Amino acid sequence: MNRVLNYFKSLFLLELLQGLWITGRYLVKPKYTMQYPMEKIPKSNRFRGLHALRRYPNGEERCIACKLCEAVCPALAITIDAAPRASDGQRRTTRYEIDLFKCIFCGFCEESCPVDSIVETDIHEYHFEKRGENILTKEKLLALGDRYEAEIAAARAQDAAYR
Amino acid sequence: MDSLIALLNNFIAQWPTLSLVIGLIALPLLPLIISVAMYVWWERKVIGWMHVRMGPNQIGPLGLAQAFADVFKLLFKEITVPEKASSFLFYLAPLLALVPAMAAWAVVPIGDKLAWSNANAGLLYLLAMTSLGVYGIILAGWASNSKYAFLGAMRSAAQVVSYEIAMGMALVSVLILCGSLNLSDIVNAQAGNKGLFDWFWLPLLPMFVIYFVSGVAETNRAPFDVAEGESEIVAGFHVEYSGSAFAIFFLAEYANMILVAFLASVLFLGGWLSPLQGWGLGLLSAPGWWWLFAKAFFMAFLFLWFRATFPRYRYDQIMRLGWKVFIPITIAWTFVAGCLAYFGGVTIGPGVNP
Repeated sequence: MNRVLNYFKSLFLLELLQGLWITGRYLVKPKYTMQYPMEKIPKSNRFRGLHALRRYPNGEERCIACKLCEAVCPALAITIDAAPRASDGQRRTTRYEIDLFKCIFCGFCEESCPVDSIVETDIHEYHFEKRGENILTKEKLLALGDRYEAEIAAARAQDAAYR
Repeated sequence: MDSLIALLNNFIAQWPTLSLVIGLIALPLLPLIISVAMYVWWERKVIGWMHVRMGPNQIGPLGLAQAFADVFKLLFKEITVPEKASSFLFYLAPLLALVPAMAAWAVVPIGDKLAWSNANAGLLYLLAMTSLGVYGIILAGWASNSKYAFLGAMRSAAQVVSYEIAMGMALVSVLILCGSLNLSDIVNAQAGNKGLFDWFWLPLLPMFVIYFVSGVAETNRAPFDVAEGESEIVAGFHVEYSGSAFAIFFLAEYANMILVAFLASVLFLGGWLSPLQGWGLGLLSAPGWWWLFAKAFFMAFLFLWFRATFPRYRYDQIMRLGWKVFIPITIAWTFVAGCLAYFGGVTIGPGVNP
């Protein structure tokens, strides 16, 4: 009996018509594709993108070369050399480099930083054109921090209550 | 621009017959080629929508220029010929695929007796032309001297030959009802005052379905696209083709799809007759080429719908469907059609003598 039933089912193309019905419904369904470069999805304040080194409002760099970020970095992407600064003998970094090829954007450096110096911004659209550009030097990191300080500060302020 | 027009006028004055022939050839072929380009765009849009995507939307408004961008990309690409390929046949194959696909359009009527050739044996000519197209595919597969291309060609040959029979039988039942091979007569035989219920799709419903499914198989479209089978044999018969040679295969395939859509409308859906014919609704009941184009558009849309819906048939399933399902049904329904014609079960439009 079942075989006869199946025979007629396939003869009248019932299952094929069912399939057509489903794709027909999807045809008229509204599309929710985001037209990426033109439209963008809002990002969280906790988004972990490109790194930056911040300064205090008076222009003094925050980093005190405690090397906690270097120690916590699971991918060993951070390299720090420290020495007393020539002008006033304060402990500062002479070298602060992040290898973006090694970095896994886990955010541990930001969490470990006692002075909120190293942070991850929400920038994810960047590229390298030459070998070696993957190394973010201290100058580049400070420049990024200077450039995006307003956004960085706003994101930190918004998230402060939950940290 | 003026000098170009002057050159053209000069050419027409010097070779009037040649100009006429070129004009007569270009008149149906240019719209056909443009509609192929738009059909490719429409296919990508429709399949995109069915995947809940948007389809091409970057080049031109709504992505309309996408197809033309692809055409120019293909034309500017290099044609590579495999070292051990038979180069004469290799170049001949795309032409053999294209020429029948274009030639078949000569007898397709877009109005009463309005075709390039209102041939008496129009249907026979169509059957011949659509079957010739497979030689291009077979030659392409063989001349490429590539295993995958050869496999694709073999599959395609067997498949097209099998479905040709079912298709031919479906056409025979139409002939039994209307008693003429002329395509204009076939449409006129579907005239009447019962609207769309006068068309042949109703008495020949199984044949209509079989004809269209066979048409999908003939044109090597999904779900019968084992000749291409990109997941198994890369691209089948046209693996080794690139640039404009590949573009010609592409053009032939889509021209054939549009042809099958038009034929299904002419043979079973009353061609240029209105679906409300005989109901006295003024322009809505009047026949016109727009009805034919609307029907053909719907049938062409079905091709895309099938492609977005069905997974590819296994090869033995294709053969089983062709030989053990379609052919017996067509034979049985040919008998039914004969009875319908003999006992007057189908009303035939005026002006046609079965």
